[in-house]
Amino acid sequence: MDGYIGIIAIIIVVILLGIGTTALLVRPRSKTTLPPPPAPTPQAPAPPVEEEVVETVAPPAVPVEELVKPPEVEVPPPSAGRMVRLRARLARSQTTLGRGLLELLSRDRLDDDVWDEIEETLITADVGVAPTRAMVEDLKTKVKVLGSRTPSEVRALLRAELLTQIDPGLDRTLHTSAPGERPAVLLVVGVNGTGKTTTTGKLARSLIGDGKTVVLGAADTFRAAAADQLQTWGDRVGAPVVRGPEAGDPASVAFDAVARGIADKADVVIVDTAGRLHTKTGLMDELGKVKRVIEKKAQVDEVLLVLDATTGQNGMRQAQVFGEVVNITGIALTKLDGTAKGGIVISVQRELGVPVKLVGLGEGPDDLAPFDPEVFVDALLGD
Amino acid sequence: MFETLSDRLTSVFSSLRSKGRLSDADIDATCREIRIALLEADVALPVVKDFVAHVKERARGAEVSQALNPAQQVVKIVNDELIEILGGETRRLRLAKTPPTVIMLAGLQGAGKTTLAGKLARWLRDQNHAPLLVACDLQRPNAVQQLSVMAERAGVAVYAPEPGNGVGDPVRVARESIDHARRQQHDVVIIDTAGRLGIDQELMAQAAHIRDAVSPDEVLFVVDAMIGQDAVTTAQAFMDGVGFDGVVLTKLDGDARGGAALSVRHITGRPIMFASTGEKLEDFDAFHPDRMAGRILDMGDILTLIEQAQRTFDEAEAAKMAGKLASGDDFTLDDFLEQMMMVRRMGPIKNLLGMMPGMGQMRDQLNQVDDRDLDRVAAIIRSMTPGERSEPKIINGSRRARIARGSGVSVTEVNNLVTRFFEAQKMMKRMSQGIGIPGMPGGKRNQKQAKPKKGRRVSGDPRKAGLPKEPAADAPAKQPGGMLGNLTPGKLPKGLELPPGFDPSKFNLPGQK
Repeated sequence: MDGYIGIIAIIIVVILLGIGTTALLVRPRSKTTLPPPPAPTPQAPAPPVEEEVVETVAPPAVPVEELVKPPEVEVPPPSAGRMVRLRARLARSQTTLGRGLLELLSRDRLDDDVWDEIEETLITADVGVAPTRAMVEDLKTKVKVLGSRTPSEVRALLRAELLTQIDPGLDRTLHTSAPGERPAVLLVVGVNGTGKTTTTGKLARSLIGDGKTVVLGAADTFRAAAADQLQTWGDRVGAPVVRGPEAGDPASVAFDAVARGIADKADVVIVDTAGRLHTKTGLMDELGKVKRVIEKKAQVDEVLLVLDATTGQNGMRQAQVFGEVVNITGIALTKLDGTAKGGIVISVQRELGVPVKLVGLGEGPDDLAPFDPEVFVDALLGD
Repeated sequence: MFETLSDRLTSVFSSLRSKGRLSDADIDATCREIRIALLEADVALPVVKDFVAHVKERARGAEVSQALNPAQQVVKIVNDELIEILGGETRRLRLAKTPPTVIMLAGLQGAGKTTLAGKLARWLRDQNHAPLLVACDLQRPNAVQQLSVMAERAGVAVYAPEPGNGVGDPVRVARESIDHARRQQHDVVIIDTAGRLGIDQELMAQAAHIRDAVSPDEVLFVVDAMIGQDAVTTAQAFMDGVGFDGVVLTKLDGDARGGAALSVRHITGRPIMFASTGEKLEDFDAFHPDRMAGRILDMGDILTLIEQAQRTFDEAEAAKMAGKLASGDDFTLDDFLEQMMMVRRMGPIKNLLGMMPGMGQMRDQLNQVDDRDLDRVAAIIRSMTPGERSEPKIINGSRRARIARGSGVSVTEVNNLVTRFFEAQKMMKRMSQGIGIPGMPGGKRNQKQAKPKKGRRVSGDPRKAGLPKEPAADAPAKQPGGMLGNLTPGKLPKGLELPPGFDPSKFNLPGQK
């Protein structure tokens, strides 16, 4: 124990001396005498791997289809109108939010209990406590002004309210064409497991569907087989993938990808990065470096933060921190077809003014769509 | 930034200072704050409702109304309840009587199943098991490769007969893996399945088929600590679809408050068995309910801090340093530089501070703390000659100017550093003589004057107790001091003082047993 206190003492000293934040100071109190710290026993090093234990059945070599390369023939459909097509899927999972609200607001009497329920419905959709309160206040006022409430009026009212929250005025176009000769550069960032690589793959596919040429940069050199995963996506649609050695410098891979894009006269270069928790400064610095290095070659036109729709209030922090480091210009909300309601869209847009540009609505390769607020809200409310 | 529950409650109770008793209205107000705090920590709404109702009941009871400081008592109740729910039943991994033991992992996409499979395998290997990883995620491109690489890193075997990427039947792979394990004498089989959404009937059915094919001894539900309100629906869906015996919480190294832990536990009644706290294979540990409770309530996490320190610090080195700190005199700028580098290795200072209980009240200052300040200080010290470092007294005007030029800062900054250093040295000396700072009520050991100061919990140590002194007062902690003050949260070990509501008796301090 004392050893730890010693360590903590060190930390405090460092903080005090280093930062001089006197506000953090403390009053001394006890005078327990502490013997010098005992050294906790270090963990014994793991025993060496016994070779014979590793009786591995390795995955079979890449199947023969590789020869008959699943060619670029696989021309994905263009991205336009996808959101409408996927609307059913959205509606399936989202009814609780929209319909629930609709039903509540259509009640004959709107007493406090009903308002509480409305508040709860919103909170359950991860809208966050503060935005929820603002919305409820807003709705209260509007309902008063409205006077009578027929179902269609309530619907219109709710639609308008949700639309304001999502703010259709924001620019949601994905900057996939750069001025001049150079390709547009997209950087895909996010915490672990939100679906960055998948989104990159789907996005490449949809861009190719729109008739653009795409180069992919596998700058996720950290996670096992991440580059392979991207390669698979690239092969399916015939987009070249620039990769580097495992555990190599992601910035150099990104640089090479952009260089390749310029040389090939591609329209778009999409750089996939490794997932990183926003609390890891070292990794965030690395991300900053990736962006800086790319900028030696070409301007980064779009930084997409991939956010999992099931993420709770922590999504805010993520957006904030990533915003500070690489200045995100758009959000791709993935896994929206789950039971999640994506209420975090509202908080993040509200607090940071970064528009949601893409939504992932399923596991199919074409289930990524440009975000359309009106379609989204209509899907929420159901027909 | 969110405020901590203690902060919120403090403000609720600030109006009651004179009363000291809680009326029903006060309790309602309190419960509203608890509700918000929990919601902001992403605890699911139905769970919050139950929980708050429970707390309310207890808060009406005698233990609160008779307490000197109701606010603290309420926080304590909340903390206790949290620990109770989270910890209720902890258990170890069940191993089958006749090997192989089969462990199946299930969860949403991106929850971290494949990574966890690797970690679990390594953890089991370290306990002298011979685990076999089975690649049943044939959905996501190259998940199979990823698992093979994880297996290689963990030094365990992998069974991956299918290439994946949509090819192959996971149920068959799972079934055959058991025979394979038997032949190869593996005593634990870890089946990594594809991520699936709770609403995806088809994939859910597939998971159920895998389960039926291998009849696992443990089905572990892997869930991301960042998940929001959806935790309830998802957990329920998996419970109904596959059924699980334990929960693994991943990505706890982020700053999510992890309310999901509470939601899942409460809804399904299944214990949380493991916590995964980093990207490396070793970052895997049993789950500590008490720490999680503190985290959900945002009460700091001193134990994690200590552990982190233990991992990064060389023990002997740390002990030596602490000794120097205590003696005061031999403490030189060189030592300081070294310590600073050690601390830096532990991660962003902001996080470290955040882990100290009570720091929530200083969030504003915390947010201004910048790691680069430390780098600047390091640069200043590095611009000094060895002589200057060990004998900072010799630093005169021209030396200062030179140092400032060398490190690219202004002379004032050099000045400040040197002055601060001398002050710290002086304080340490005083400390080592065993004298508290005059005028400080340090003598009273019964923590009657609990001021939620950050340093305080640490203040058991005379060495450090000394450093900080003058300002205690200007910190925001001042206000709470008054009303929050007089609650004794139980006996504090070794002079460790914790912020209100923090019940140290729940801690398993390493040195305490």
